[in-house]
Amino acid sequence: MQGLLNWIDARFPLTKVWNEHLAEYYAPKNFNFWYFFGSLALLVLVIQIVSGIFLTMHYKPDAEMAYASVEYIMRDVPGGWFIRYMHSTGASAFFIVVYLHMFRGLIYGSYKGPRELVWLIGMAIYLALMAEAFMGYLLPWGNMSYWGAQVIINLFNTIPVIGSDVSTWIRGDYVIADATLNRLFALHVAALPLVLVALVFVHIVALHVVGSNNPDGVEIKKLKDENGIPLDGIPFHPYYTVKDIVGVGVFLLVFFAIIFFGPEMGGYFLEHANFEPANPLKTPEHIAPVWYFTPFYTVLRAVTLSPFMGTLAMFGAIVLLALLPWIDGNPIKSWRYRSKAHTINILLFAACFLVLGYLGVKPVIPMLKELGTRMTEIYFMFFIVLWIHSKPGKANFVMWFLILAAVIVGIDLFRYNPEATDDASQIVWQWIFPIGYLALTLLLPGVVKSFNTEKIVPERVTS
Amino acid sequence: MRKKVIAFAATLLLPVSLMANSGGENLEPANIDLHDHKSLQNGAKYFVNYCMGCHGLKASRYNRIAKDMGLPVNPKQTGKTGKEADQVADANAKLITENLIFTTDEEGKPSSLGSLMLSSIPPKDAAKWFGAPPPDLSTVGRLRGADWIYNYLKSFYLDPKRPTGVNNTVFKNVGMPHVLWELQGWQKLEEGEHGHHLVLDKPGKLSPEEYDVVVRDLTNFLTYVGEPAQLVRKKYGVFAMILLVIFIGVAYAMKKEFWKDIH
Amino acid sequence: MENSEVDKGRRRFLIGATSVVGAVGTAAMAAPFLNSWNPSERAKAAGAPAEVNLSKVQEGQLVRVIWRKKPVWIVNRTKEMLDNLPSNDPLLKDPGSEVATQQPDYAKNPFRTREGKEKFLVLIGICTHLGCSPTYRPELAPPDLGADWKGGWYCPCHGSRFDLAGRVFKNVPAPTNLVVPVYSYKNENTILIGLDENGEAA
Repeated sequence: MQGLLNWIDARFPLTKVWNEHLAEYYAPKNFNFWYFFGSLALLVLVIQIVSGIFLTMHYKPDAEMAYASVEYIMRDVPGGWFIRYMHSTGASAFFIVVYLHMFRGLIYGSYKGPRELVWLIGMAIYLALMAEAFMGYLLPWGNMSYWGAQVIINLFNTIPVIGSDVSTWIRGDYVIADATLNRLFALHVAALPLVLVALVFVHIVALHVVGSNNPDGVEIKKLKDENGIPLDGIPFHPYYTVKDIVGVGVFLLVFFAIIFFGPEMGGYFLEHANFEPANPLKTPEHIAPVWYFTPFYTVLRAVTLSPFMGTLAMFGAIVLLALLPWIDGNPIKSWRYRSKAHTINILLFAACFLVLGYLGVKPVIPMLKELGTRMTEIYFMFFIVLWIHSKPGKANFVMWFLILAAVIVGIDLFRYNPEATDDASQIVWQWIFPIGYLALTLLLPGVVKSFNTEKIVPERVTS
Repeated sequence: MRKKVIAFAATLLLPVSLMANSGGENLEPANIDLHDHKSLQNGAKYFVNYCMGCHGLKASRYNRIAKDMGLPVNPKQTGKTGKEADQVADANAKLITENLIFTTDEEGKPSSLGSLMLSSIPPKDAAKWFGAPPPDLSTVGRLRGADWIYNYLKSFYLDPKRPTGVNNTVFKNVGMPHVLWELQGWQKLEEGEHGHHLVLDKPGKLSPEEYDVVVRDLTNFLTYVGEPAQLVRKKYGVFAMILLVIFIGVAYAMKKEFWKDIH
Repeated sequence: MENSEVDKGRRRFLIGATSVVGAVGTAAMAAPFLNSWNPSERAKAAGAPAEVNLSKVQEGQLVRVIWRKKPVWIVNRTKEMLDNLPSNDPLLKDPGSEVATQQPDYAKNPFRTREGKEKFLVLIGICTHLGCSPTYRPELAPPDLGADWKGGWYCPCHGSRFDLAGRVFKNVPAPTNLVVPVYSYKNENTILIGLDENGEAA
């Protein structure tokens, strides 16, 4: 065995790679619950690739046959339904895991130096994942696939001047058609998986150069023993491999519970309207994207200035996330040692994101429409507030509160139209949301000192 | 402190959750039992007799539904062995061919047991008669849900304004005629204090209770056809859950053991 | 790491236990994936037994039918053809049809047919060498096949030869006799390919 290993090592750095990335990769010893989701994302990627390859063996990317071929997989192919449900559940699981992974980065400041590139590559993965999921969603060629793709590709229509040419070029036809299905299939099964795998590889390489952050936001590489091993570091293998295996077990328990007991997940993982073949003459009564796109979909609907502004706002909402390392200039990484106001800011942002997501699956009624606008305001203000919190000692919170509140009121005055009674009354009372948000994150730390005090970051990780 | 923040977030969500309940028609629950073979068989019988003239189940095969309704036509699926298995399978095959298969192949023989359950009407003609081609119903159970189908089939009423002479309270201005009228009879829509309700105007061959059973069996059958795998997947699920709980148990013990090193 | 009292046995046991349960789970998960390569219900439906009416097959004629996407030959052999068969025996690899995989038990006889129905030979028309479909050459001693030729099949791909019972000759690439499929008589004139008293062919 050792002989074989030596033979390989002389030709390929097997032992070296093993040591650098597992056996002698020193990770902080205080990882908590939030640190399971990186390895789980990798697991879901593998699940999607394997189940996807097997689906490709039976699926037909042809507008005439696609819907029937999916039902053929569900009924006639031995074990087909299991493979299909793994893939459809895996898509949603991927986003759940990735959102939790991103939230971890947010609360512990993992995006801050020296990990800016890790974060940026991660955002690129997130974008590729959204593209991959969107294209995959067209393939069953159900009515929701069809109209969902219609709406999303028409986003390009909103680009001034060249818009409609661009969307026609993407579709390869004047509506979503066989040509569109065929090209999105090619991108979904070949191009984007390659991009995703490459990006994931780079994400991990970059991470292993700078080392992992931890819940205390302490750089463990600063304090090393005489052998150059971080005092608070433990080898990833075996300690975190055995720990992650437990995480995998728990994840799979939930994953398979969904597959076997409720693969439609109440219509959120597999939408009911998609159990009808694509019909270019009939839009489903209530059209909603799959849940993982809904927060951004609500932003798109909320910005009604012009369709192009809506599209810009939607993409801007994602771009701002990518810019986090430069927006948040506070040297303290973890929220454990930052002010209470910062904690409130992050929690409200998370709540706002969830509400945006919820609104995206609901039909537009005046109250929810206004709520979407208000949550969109909070979503964008979060980044400004985060920037203000960069220097909590020097910032004039009350002044910023007044400025931002004035902006909100200004926008409200611009939007207010007493003729539209329903909308107007909603504007009046829902004004409380953005102002309340600003009061809690700016006025409160400006007035009550204890909400603006930061704690001292310890030298070493705790517990 | 953190609790307060969470409480605040919860109040943020409150008006939203209040809104969540509004909307949606009041559908009577269908109360179907997917494992009731007699009900599935009855539903299949009514489907091929009353629906399949126009609606196909083109994702489904006769031998598959036969097996799932407890009438396997393959000797290996009968649970018996040797001659007996053959006899059971042959009897079932005869039953299915005589009662469910009304379509023929190119040579004019009854469609084979393994063939797809296509409707007998050419879609083009149907589109001409009803305005739109009658949809294939392979996945209607998943599209609409059992309760909807059950209520829909009970909600036809006479409406002289419609070309078919009937309308439906669940599916407004539906293009489909009331194909089960000879069983149910004709209903009328009456306006009352609390909105409208349906009353039986001319009784059909069946009593309302008997008609209810027919509709429930049809609903049961269509719900099953929507996803045949639902009959077995929960069984596999239990096995997977048990295995994973054991796995988590040993993996957790292993993690504990290794982490004794860490102080 | 400073403590040296690591219980190696316990660790080894736990690693083993986790691996075993994990392997069982992985195998269970892999099963439907591997199973998905088996013929689907569609393939099975298309592969259902094929019915052939024999009354229209003339003496000496070969008809081809498709069963499970494979060519199946049905030959109505003349008396002369049947009489000539034994004379081939010394030239054949397996004159007694000893290789059990090449025919059902009821066809393990000099004519390779069911008893009482010796005239009608049923064969899967695929060469046992590399899967080409051999050419029917019923004529006696044609110039290209030699004076000893008493009718049979010649494979254009690699020159394998078979007699009129589908038995392979010596010194050709094909290793075994042509396959007789599972078949049965529904009635005097109708044959069912792929179905016999033991049920459908595997």
